[in-house]
Amino acid sequence: MTGYVSRGFHGKREAERENARVPPGQYIVRDFPVLSAGPTPHTPTAEWTFAVVGGARQPTTWTWEEFRALPSEEIRADIHCVTKWTKLDTIWQGVSVDTLLEGIDHNATHVLAFSDGDYTTNLPLEDVSDGKAWVAFGYDGEPLAPEHGGPARLLVPHLYFWKSAKWVRGLQLMDHDEAGFWESYGYHMYGDPWREQRYAGD
Amino acid sequence: MDDVALRVDGNALAGELSEVFSQDVTVARVACGGCGTVERLGADHAYIQAPGMVLRCCHCDNVLLVMVRAGDRLRMSLAGSRWIDL
Amino acid sequence: MARAAVRGRLSWTLGDVVELIDETPRVRTIALDVPEWPGHRAGQHVDVRLTAEDGYQAQRSYSIASAPEDDRLAITVEALPDGEVSSYLVGELRVGDKLELRGPIGGYFVWEAERTEPLLLVAGGSGMVPLMSMIRHRHAAGATVPTKLLFSSRAWEDVIYREELERLALASDGFEVIQTLTRMPPDGWTGYTRRVDAAMLSDVGWSASAMPASFVCGPTPFVEAVASTLVLLGHAASTIKTERFGPTGG
Repeated sequence: MTGYVSRGFHGKREAERENARVPPGQYIVRDFPVLSAGPTPHTPTAEWTFAVVGGARQPTTWTWEEFRALPSEEIRADIHCVTKWTKLDTIWQGVSVDTLLEGIDHNATHVLAFSDGDYTTNLPLEDVSDGKAWVAFGYDGEPLAPEHGGPARLLVPHLYFWKSAKWVRGLQLMDHDEAGFWESYGYHMYGDPWREQRYAGD
Repeated sequence: MDDVALRVDGNALAGELSEVFSQDVTVARVACGGCGTVERLGADHAYIQAPGMVLRCCHCDNVLLVMVRAGDRLRMSLAGSRWIDL
Repeated sequence: MARAAVRGRLSWTLGDVVELIDETPRVRTIALDVPEWPGHRAGQHVDVRLTAEDGYQAQRSYSIASAPEDDRLAITVEALPDGEVSSYLVGELRVGDKLELRGPIGGYFVWEAERTEPLLLVAGGSGMVPLMSMIRHRHAAGATVPTKLLFSSRAWEDVIYREELERLALASDGFEVIQTLTRMPPDGWTGYTRRVDAAMLSDVGWSASAMPASFVCGPTPFVEAVASTLVLLGHAASTIKTERFGPTGG
C-alpha cells in the first residue's frame, strides 16, 4: 500500500535492520500485543481437556491434572506475528508435543490444531515434532493469561505466530494438509517468517 | 487488557468495507448463518486487531464476515452470513 | 428511515492542517481543509493513515468533532500511553502539515437534526467526540428537540469541550448537560462523583415511555455497561446506538 509520507512520523519500532534475529519485514516490540478474531474463551481448568485424535485407536485425552503431571520445560523463544511485530526472548513453560504424541500409533503427515472458539490451524507433523513445538501453560513465570491463550496454547515459534493456536484443545492427526481458519481466508499454508510466507502464493 | 475491551462495533469495519462496497454497509442488514437473527452490520461485533478483520454475530458469536488484506489483494468472505441486504 | 447512501467507493485523500487546538493536556483538536470534502453526518468518523519514509504504515479511526454545517473538518484526538498514532497527532503534527484520511464513514452511528424524539447522549472520556458533532449540528440547525448529555470524565482538567458545553447549556433550547467525574472533583462541584451506574442513568435519562433515541460512546466496557443498563431500564435495544472505542485507539 503506498501512502503520503507523513512528516516526522516514525512509528514505535526500533532500528532492527542490523538484527539477525528479526525476520524480513518485522519490527521489534517490547509489549505483548493481543490480537484476536473473537471473544476470549474462559474454559475453567476443571472442564479443560486436551485430545489427540485421528490415530489408530480411540482419541488420547488428558485432563488438566493429567496434562500438568506430564514432564514440562522452560522454552525461550523469539516470536513473530504476521502483523509484523516480533518479540525477542519470550519465556514459556510447556509440555513438548513430542511427549503428547509419544506412543500414539498413526501414519499422519499433518496435524490440525483445534481450539475453543472454533479456531483451527494446520501444520506439517514434522514441524510439531523433534522439540519444535509445545503446549504452553505458562508465560514469563505466571500461568498463561486468557487473552494470551490460557489455560494453554500451542507454541510453534519457528512459524508465524498465528500457527501457535491460542486456547488449544487438541491436535487432529491428518494424512493430508487442510487449511485452518486464517489459511482458508488466504494466509499461507506453511508460514515461514524467514521466507516471509504471510499469504498464499508468497 | 480484558477480552470485552477488544471487540468494537461493526461500524469499525466501515472504512475497509468502503473500498469494496459503494453503499454504506454499516446500515446493511445481515442475517446470521448461525442463529438466523437479522441485525444492522454496525451493531454486530468486530474484531479488528487480528491478522484479518472479523465480524461476529452479536447474539451467537458466529463469524459473519472475514476480510483479509494479503498485500495488494483483498479477500472477503461472507460465508457465515445467510444474506446481506445492500 | 434509511437514507440511500450513494456516494461511490471511498479513497484516501489529503487534508491540510489549518489549526490545532489543545482541549486538555492530552487532547487536541485538529482542524483540516479537505479539498472536495463531500460533507458528513454528525457521528461519522474518518480513517487516518500515517506513512513513514520506509513505507511503514499505521492507521486509526477518529470521530469527526465538527458539525456538518462547519467550514472545516475537525477531529479530536486523545494521546494514549504508547499510542504511536495518537502521540504523533497530538505531539508532532504541525499547522501546514498534510494528513491522509478516508471518509466520511459509518451510517449506523449518526443523528440528524430533523429527528423529533428526545435525545440521550452518554459519553465516556473521548467518547464525547462524535456526540459533540451531534450537539454542534443540533445547535447549528436551530433544533430544539429535548436533549440530555451525560458525560463521564476523569478529572475537571480532562473534560473536553468544557467551556463550549457550558455555553450551549445556557442557551435555553432544551439542551441539558449532566457531568460526572470519577476522580477528585474541584471545590464547589455540583455534578456526580462516581462512575455511571444504573441509579444515575435512571435519574438522569429519559423514561422508557418517552421513547428517546440514545447514543453511547466511549471505551468498550463503558459502552457495554451503559447500553445493557438502558435496556434493563426498559429502553428498546433498537433505540440505542453504540460506538465502542475498544481498549485504546493507539
